[in-house]
Amino acid sequence: MTPADTAQLTIQTGAATGTQVRCAGCWTVQGIAALDDRLERVKWPQQGEVTIDGSELAALDTSGAWLLQRTIRGLEARGCTVRIDGLRPQFASLLQLIAARVGAAGMSPPPAAGFLTRAGWQAWQSLLGAARMLSFAGENALALLRAFREPRRWRWRHILYNLQTAGFEALPITGLLSFLMGIVIAYQGAEQLQRFGANIYVADLVGLSMVRELSPLLTAIIVAGRSGSAYTAQIGTMKVTEEIDALRTIGIGPPELLVLPKIIALFIALPLLTVYTDVTGILGGMMMARAKLDVSFTTFLDRLDEAITLRSYLIGVGKAPVFAVIIALIGCYQGFRVTGSADSVGRQTTISVVQSIFLVIVTDALLSIVFSWLDL
Amino acid sequence: MSNVNATPAVQNAVVDIRGLNTRFGDAVVHENVNLSVRPGEIFALVGASGCGKSTLLRETIVLQPPVSGSIRVFGHEVIGLDDEQALPLRRRWGVMFERGALFSSLTVSENVAMVLREHTQLGARLIDEIAAVKIALTGLPADAGPKYPAELSGGMRKRAALARALALDPELLFLDEPTAGLDPLSATGIDELVRNLRDGLGLTIMMVTHDLDLMWRAADRVAVLGEGHIVGTGTMAELARIEHPLIHEYFYGPRGRAAREQAWKQR
Repeated sequence: MTPADTAQLTIQTGAATGTQVRCAGCWTVQGIAALDDRLERVKWPQQGEVTIDGSELAALDTSGAWLLQRTIRGLEARGCTVRIDGLRPQFASLLQLIAARVGAAGMSPPPAAGFLTRAGWQAWQSLLGAARMLSFAGENALALLRAFREPRRWRWRHILYNLQTAGFEALPITGLLSFLMGIVIAYQGAEQLQRFGANIYVADLVGLSMVRELSPLLTAIIVAGRSGSAYTAQIGTMKVTEEIDALRTIGIGPPELLVLPKIIALFIALPLLTVYTDVTGILGGMMMARAKLDVSFTTFLDRLDEAITLRSYLIGVGKAPVFAVIIALIGCYQGFRVTGSADSVGRQTTISVVQSIFLVIVTDALLSIVFSWLDL
Repeated sequence: MSNVNATPAVQNAVVDIRGLNTRFGDAVVHENVNLSVRPGEIFALVGASGCGKSTLLRETIVLQPPVSGSIRVFGHEVIGLDDEQALPLRRRWGVMFERGALFSSLTVSENVAMVLREHTQLGARLIDEIAAVKIALTGLPADAGPKYPAELSGGMRKRAALARALALDPELLFLDEPTAGLDPLSATGIDELVRNLRDGLGLTIMMVTHDLDLMWRAADRVAVLGEGHIVGTGTMAELARIEHPLIHEYFYGPRGRAAREQAWKQR
C-alpha cells in the first residue's frame, strides 16, 4: 500500500490561528488502520478553535467519515469549537449523513456481565433446565394417557418405522461390539483363571458381567449415540423450519406424533437388542474360552446354565426399558430446545448425546445400589 | 423495441454483460443476453419467476459460470475466475442475498464485524464502531446489533443483510429480491433506503426484483428478462410504452396497473 492510499493527518498548533488539522490521502476502510492509533494519542487542546482542513482528502468512505465524526464529537465534548474547511461537497454530505444517522447513545457496547452475575445466571439456567425437562416428561406422560383413552391416537406407522431404524438397523453394530466385548472379557479373565486352574469359571465371568451389566449398558450407549442424536437433529431441524408450529396449527400435538412413537418404539426395541447382545457377547466369550482355555462349547454352556440365574438375567434386561425412556426423552427434549439456527441444532445434539449417556450410567449405578440393598 | 434493446456498449460501465449464454442441460436459460449498468445508477433486472434473473446475478458475482459470453465488472472479465482471483473484485462489491444469508450463530454486529475483521487491519474497537455505523445507516435501531438473526423480523433481517453487504464500503451493491417477503410498509422502507444509500454513498446498485413498486420508486433503469433475452431496457416510463407482449403483460396486469397509478399520483 503506497502512502497515497492511506489516510494522512498533520496537526499544527498556533497561538493566533488555533489548532489546524489537515486531513489528506484516502480516509477509507483500507486506509485508516494506522490512523486510529494516532488519533488516540493526539494531545488535543482543552478548548479554543479547531479547524479541520479537508481540501486534500482524496477519498472518504463511511468508515473514514465515522472516524472523522468521532474525532469531531470528542473535540466538541471537550468544549472546543470545530470548523470544517474545504471539504468536497460529496464528502461533506457523507459526513452529514453519518452524523445524522449515528446517535451517540447507541455506540457504547453493553457492559460485560460480572463473574457473580454469570455464575448466578448459569445456576438459574440449570435449575430451569431441570424443571423444563420434568415438565416435558409430564407433558408426554399426559399424552400417553390420552393415547390409552383414544386408541386411534396410536401412530402405529411411526412406531413401526422407529422400531426399524432404532432397533432392527442397530443389530449389526450392537452385535459386533458386544461380540468383541465378550472376547475381551474372556481374554482378560483367562490369564487369572488359568493361574488357579479355574478355567471353567470363565462362563461365570463372561455370562454374569455381560448379562447383568455390560450388555444393557453397551447397547444403551450405542443407541444413545445412534438414535438419541438422530431424534434431536430431526426435531431440532423441524423446529428451525417451523414444522413443529405447523403441526400445532393443524391440531396434532408434537408429543403425540414425534415423541411418543419414539419412546414406545425404543421401549420395545432396547430390551430386544439387549437380549440379542447378551447372546452375541456370550458367543464371543465362548469362542475365546475355547481358543485360550480349552473350554468346549458344551462345557461352557452347561456351566452357563448354572452361573446365570433367571433373576440376574431379568435384572439385566429389565434395565433396558428404563434406559430407553431416558434416551428417547432426552433426545426429543433437546430437539425441542433448538432455537432457530443451524448452530443450535449442532449444540443441542451434542448435549443430547452427552446427557443421555451420562444419565444412563448414573441410573445404572443407582440401580446397582438399590439392588444391593434389596439383596437381589 | 429494437431501438431500446440495442443499448450501445457503455465505455465506463460498472457491469457490462455481452453475448451471455447459459444452459442447464437442454434448458436454455439465457441466449445472447446484453446489458450494462452505468456508474451511480440503480439498475433493476426483472422478469417472471424462473426466467433466470437470479442465475444472471449469480454469474455476475462469480458463483456460477455461464456457458459462453462475457461479463465485465469494473472492466475486469469475471468469467473463469477462481475464488482467489475473484477476491480483489469481491472486496469492491457487496451482495445482499434474497433470504439474508446472515450467519445464524453470530449477532448482527458480529455478522458485519466479521467482514471487517477478515479484510482490514483495524482495531477491535473501531471495527465494532464501524459495524454500529453500518447498522445505523441501514435504519436499524442500535439495539438490533447484539441480537441474533433469528430474533429479527423479516424486514430487519433484510436491513441487517444490507449492513453486512455495506461492511467494506463497496462501490457496487448487488441486491437479490430486496423486498421479497416483506409487507408493503417495510418494502417502502427498503425503497427509500436503496435510494438514500445510492445518493448518500454514491453507490451503483444492481438489483433483481419482481416488485413493481420498487421499480417505479427506486430504479433509474430497468431491464426485462424473458424467454432468455432482454426484451427491453429503459426507464419505467419508456418500458411502459413498449408493445412487447411480455412487457405488456408485466406492466398492464392488475398489479402493474396499480403500481403505475400509484407512481403517477406521487409525481
